[in-house]
Amino acid sequence: MTIRVDIPTALRRHTGGTGRFECAAANLNELFSALDEKFPELKPHLRDEKGEVRRFLNVYVNEEDIRFLGGQGYAFQDGDEVLLVPSIAGGAA
Amino acid sequence: MNYELRCRECGKTWGNQPRSICDDCFSPLEVQYDYAAIQITREQIAQRAPNMWRYAELLPLPADFHAKLPVGFTPLLSATQLGERIGAGRLCIKNDAVCLPTLSFKDRVVAVALAQARSFGLDTVACSSTGNLANAVAAQAAREGFKSWIFIPADLEPAKVLGTQVFGAQLVRIAGSYDQVNRLCSQIADERQWGFVNVNLRPYYAEGSKTVGYEIAEQLGWRLPDNIVCPMAGGSLITKIKKAFDELVKLGLVEEKKVRFFGAQATGCSPISTAVKTGAAEITPQKPSTIARSLAIGNPADGHYAIKAITATGGWSEDVSDGEIVDAIQLLAETEGIFTETAGGVTIGVTRKLYEQGRISPNEVTVACITGNGLKTTDALRGAYETPEPIPAKIVEFENFWQRTLSEHPEIQEPVEA
Repeated sequence: MTIRVDIPTALRRHTGGTGRFECAAANLNELFSALDEKFPELKPHLRDEKGEVRRFLNVYVNEEDIRFLGGQGYAFQDGDEVLLVPSIAGGAA
Repeated sequence: MNYELRCRECGKTWGNQPRSICDDCFSPLEVQYDYAAIQITREQIAQRAPNMWRYAELLPLPADFHAKLPVGFTPLLSATQLGERIGAGRLCIKNDAVCLPTLSFKDRVVAVALAQARSFGLDTVACSSTGNLANAVAAQAAREGFKSWIFIPADLEPAKVLGTQVFGAQLVRIAGSYDQVNRLCSQIADERQWGFVNVNLRPYYAEGSKTVGYEIAEQLGWRLPDNIVCPMAGGSLITKIKKAFDELVKLGLVEEKKVRFFGAQATGCSPISTAVKTGAAEITPQKPSTIARSLAIGNPADGHYAIKAITATGGWSEDVSDGEIVDAIQLLAETEGIFTETAGGVTIGVTRKLYEQGRISPNEVTVACITGNGLKTTDALRGAYETPEPIPAKIVEFENFWQRTLSEHPEIQEPVEA
């Protein structure tokens, strides 16, 4: 199973310019672990001191806010298009 | 320049640029000022023209900025008759239904955002909008000579669509909710050198809302009220009125006072009021379904900060149904002669509820913020009134009409001769 992840411009500074990557994450936790592993420089920006994913990052799956799909509990489907979008002001990943 | 962008969470400073997010921690940026460098007195302000630029020292404006539009300084009205109906003794209405040039408080935020767009050398401005912001960006872009691109959910009120196109703006209707429009605009802002007033210019834009707070304090005779009742969509306005009051205290322009902040939402889109009522620190997003389309933001950008402003001041948040919104629009119109849009119906409906619940005492000075004009959302009142059949222009016909009306509405009495 493969999902495709789009990385916004603001984050590409920490991915060596990579804007898109594929992984086999089964859920949100695994997705962030895959990001940590693939882009170690990105990790301190995605997670706070306690290791929690930062509050102002929104995750969309096929254009739908993942919170409407069950959030942490959502099981990625093969071919899911995942978007990471820093929230303009608030929001919660 | 005595201001710059600063991350609200990690504190990193970013100078001045079209940017709303900290690259280090992805948290929102806010304009911070060097307050020690700000010298302004009540007397100086009083001598200036009656518009929002009288508070220029407290706004993030470029050094060479010259105001062309007299935005703001809308009336603060004592609402005695409305007060009698809802049990409020000292209720005031801040009436941004008559804010110029496009009849909503969004004119304030856009005026500041476009000042910065000019200084950053941008020639195109844009926004995602539930309507009022679309009107404000389109109109001010026309006057200031910017090209404008306006992104709206497809189901907006016709008056708000027309009131955008008439100014020559490029309109993009999205088949989706405002939250989807907003997410798309974040992605577009990432790719293009445009000034999205509520995306990459948002920190500057949001500061314009503070002028509502400065005006309320000045119009109360340089005093703060006991309570503010404020409609919430993205949740920015309520936090900025609070910031305005805090700044006035800091600068010695008003005496310190504990002001409680009350937030108003429609029940069909109530992520912030739901969080306040359940004691949650974060919002859970909703899919909006309400006639108050200007407040229909299910994932409010400043929700987290709005919750904080309300709970930290001992305030509360309530919401009202579509029926209560229409009732409240009619109530405000009949008692105070103010025709507000659906968002104003939300504010008045919630204000009434807060007095009923005893959360606001009648003898406290309370200001309810009306942010938009009823002429833009007339479809909300469709079917509310009968249109009388026309009668011939003859005195006898009017006499008949009068008798008919009197028999149907006995409460209308013939005036007693003196």
